[in-house]
Amino acid sequence: MGRVEVARRWIVCIVFSLLTAVTYAKSVRITPANNIQHTLDRVADGDTVYVSKGSYNQNNIIVRKAIAIIGEEYPVFDGGKKNEVFIVIANNVLIKGLQVQNTGRSSMTDMAGVKLQNVSHVTVSNCRIYNTTYGVYLQNSNQCKVVANTIKANSKDELQSGNGVHAWKCNNLLISHNVLTGHRDGIYFEFVTQSLITNNKSIGNIRYGLHFMFSHNDIYSYNTFENNGAGVAVMYTKGVTMYKNTFYRNWGDASYAILLKDISDSKIEYNKFTKNTVGIFMEGSSRIHVAYNTFADNGWAMRIQASCDGNTFEKNNFFGNSFDVATNGTMMLNTFRSNYWDKYDGYDLNKDGNGDIPYYPVSVYSVITERIPTAMILYRSFLTNIMDEVEKMMPSIIPDQLRDDEPRLKRWKL
Amino acid sequence: MKIIIKYVLLDLLRNRIVIVYTVLLAILSVSVLGLDANPAKGLLSLLNVSLLFVPIITILFATIYFFNSIEFTELLLSQPIKRKSVLLAEYAGVAASLAGAYAIGVGLPLLFLVSGTESLILVLTGILLTLIFTSLALLIFVKSRDKTKGIGVAIGTALFFTLLFDGLLIAFIYSFGDYPIDKAVIGIIAFNPIDLGRVLMLLQLDVAVLMGYSGALFKKFLGSATGSIFSLACMVFWVILPLLLSVKVFKKKDL
Amino acid sequence: MIEIKGLTKSFGKFKALDNIDLDLLKGQAISLLGPNGSGKTTLIKSILGLVIPEKGTICINGHVVKNDWSYRSQIGYMPQIGRYPDNMTIEQVINMIKEIRADHKTYDEELISGFGLDKVKNKMMRNLSGGTRQKVSACLAFLFAPDIYILDEPTAGLDPVSSELLKEKITRERSAGKLILITSHVLSDLEGIASHIIYLQDGRLMFYKTVEELQLSTGEEKLNRVVAHVMKTELPSLKSRL
Repeated sequence: MGRVEVARRWIVCIVFSLLTAVTYAKSVRITPANNIQHTLDRVADGDTVYVSKGSYNQNNIIVRKAIAIIGEEYPVFDGGKKNEVFIVIANNVLIKGLQVQNTGRSSMTDMAGVKLQNVSHVTVSNCRIYNTTYGVYLQNSNQCKVVANTIKANSKDELQSGNGVHAWKCNNLLISHNVLTGHRDGIYFEFVTQSLITNNKSIGNIRYGLHFMFSHNDIYSYNTFENNGAGVAVMYTKGVTMYKNTFYRNWGDASYAILLKDISDSKIEYNKFTKNTVGIFMEGSSRIHVAYNTFADNGWAMRIQASCDGNTFEKNNFFGNSFDVATNGTMMLNTFRSNYWDKYDGYDLNKDGNGDIPYYPVSVYSVITERIPTAMILYRSFLTNIMDEVEKMMPSIIPDQLRDDEPRLKRWKL
Repeated sequence: MKIIIKYVLLDLLRNRIVIVYTVLLAILSVSVLGLDANPAKGLLSLLNVSLLFVPIITILFATIYFFNSIEFTELLLSQPIKRKSVLLAEYAGVAASLAGAYAIGVGLPLLFLVSGTESLILVLTGILLTLIFTSLALLIFVKSRDKTKGIGVAIGTALFFTLLFDGLLIAFIYSFGDYPIDKAVIGIIAFNPIDLGRVLMLLQLDVAVLMGYSGALFKKFLGSATGSIFSLACMVFWVILPLLLSVKVFKKKDL
Repeated sequence: MIEIKGLTKSFGKFKALDNIDLDLLKGQAISLLGPNGSGKTTLIKSILGLVIPEKGTICINGHVVKNDWSYRSQIGYMPQIGRYPDNMTIEQVINMIKEIRADHKTYDEELISGFGLDKVKNKMMRNLSGGTRQKVSACLAFLFAPDIYILDEPTAGLDPVSSELLKEKITRERSAGKLILITSHVLSDLEGIASHIIYLQDGRLMFYKTVEELQLSTGEEKLNRVVAHVMKTELPSLKSRL
């Protein structure tokens, strides 16, 4: 399904829900003195509940009707560190402008700030969701939107924490303009298809900024993944499109800007990978088009395991990386062409913009330090420069199939 | 002491070799930084130049200068001044003029073409290496009886630190790669000021990759400020230690 | 003024000075003689504190020379070879020494004008001839009108006019009651200046006598003949006695 069609469906949904609201709308206002659960049970489908500013020590609130709950100046709902806060089990619900905080933690149920169960056309927007185990939890729900929320926690370890936006078995979701920090995973998808994830900022989460499995045909664009414990990990999925995302400063010995495991028939384009330990780590992945990306100041721009095949890397910019490409084998069934590599020092006699001699992105010293990490301490010494020169004259260590036959001399303008 | 420093500087600032050294560094910096659209690459070339040439040029120039001014030193010592002051003043003069040459030749172009923390650290590294190798030259001067021998030792010292040391270290790492030698290696590095300077830069340019290795100590050392502080502290030691030794030897030296 | 007791210094196995006792007094102009390697320079350098003695003491005006460096303000030293930083001018060298001796405000600049150095004061040291550098050294030695002069081959390399000028200066200083210690290979240059002669050989003091005494014992008038006579007749017997 194309993006246009996804968008069209959304518009239809929005218009439809607006119409229902206009036709039957009745509005109710509640204050901290009211019991919100009573109110919610009494209103009819299509009604709007306005929640006044204040502190509501109410939780485990179940939304059973197709209503809009709109907070004024972020009324606070507190889970008391014991319970969940909102559980939505009706379709066509809107939750907007609330502050939801302090859910409990449990190993039996996944405690969420806002939980959507088996619903469709539900929107959670402009909420502040603080210190929850799970921020917004979507379970077997379709055509839902999570928009412009700030979802913050300060989890300390992986085991006791949940995810910012957690979706399981959903389709046609829109996750946009959220800020997600301090959870286990910023965004977690399992069996989520046909969805759009855009303009989110996932920063400083313990494990992954974005984590998905078996989530086919999703689009990720304009997101920022920064300073997450292990970057972004995506697995067992086909038809992923990632473009114009920023991956910044994901550091650590098991940290990747993006880890691709068993991903196929996907596109990774126009992204920026800056200051990560590894830009792209690729394992068992096939037919991925990696183009127009910028890899700057990373430890390794890419680590491509020998289990990858049929991938194309073209028209990317590589500069300021300690090592451009590392690999664990000698076979290479992927194609590199027309990339800009700052370490290339060939020439272009026929002036076609491509170097006349190939570029080998795997450097000798990266192969050596792969075997003996301690040797890293001698990197960039005069001695290692000599090794590089010797290798250039008599190649013996680096895999000679891994090469760019037409390296660009000038940086691509991306 | 200040007076002697002033006049030694006065002499050295008009010294042809110092001027040529400054100009060469400047030309090199500008061409390396200007030719390449990529500043990081230019910075790396400058790092290599600094690590390779600064030590040898500094130690040779300083050793020869100290030996050539031996009669002048005697004349100064026939005045009512402490030996320590004369020696330290001469050191300060030589070190300051060479460091100045580096700061102007490399620092200025960097300031205009690639300003940033990395550039600052590079200039700091270059200046520290200058101070260290001038300090070593002073030690060579007070320890050796004649100029020829002194120059020989100076060249040997520079070669040892630029090449031989790393060669031995990599041989060590290769042969004991299967053992936990991280701690030992970091310890060994402290014995080579050039390596310390390089590590200081490495921590700027390659943190990302250094974080990728799983050795716990390595990561702790290289991945935090500890590594930089350690390297800096060791380099400062490398300036002070030969200086103190020189002063001690010089007190007893027959001129 | 200078009292030396049991001064001994060796470089490795070579004994440069062997148990030297000397008492040098005000108003004396002492010529320090001896063949090459006899220990003249080592003796001078010991007095200046450039060479650290192995044994023995040196007293200058009653102060023991060891770690106290202030006594050197009483000495004007003119080295055998004057080498100065290449890129300093004559004026800068002189100014530098003046600044170092900031305590001293009056200068004896007679030689500077006498040698005509004030007319070339902006010349760089590296462009000067050996003779001119020697003149600079001489000027520096006399600049602060010290009580003691130690002049190492002062006339070597000087033109006859300048040499004469320097000798006159030395004579005048001596009659002003200063102590002057000179080494020179050109004995005729010492004629009329030297009042005493010290002769060193193999680090040992051969004799320390007045010139008159020597003239009497040898029956010679000219200094060079006196010395030649002594070397021929007296030294062998002195040596055999030691």
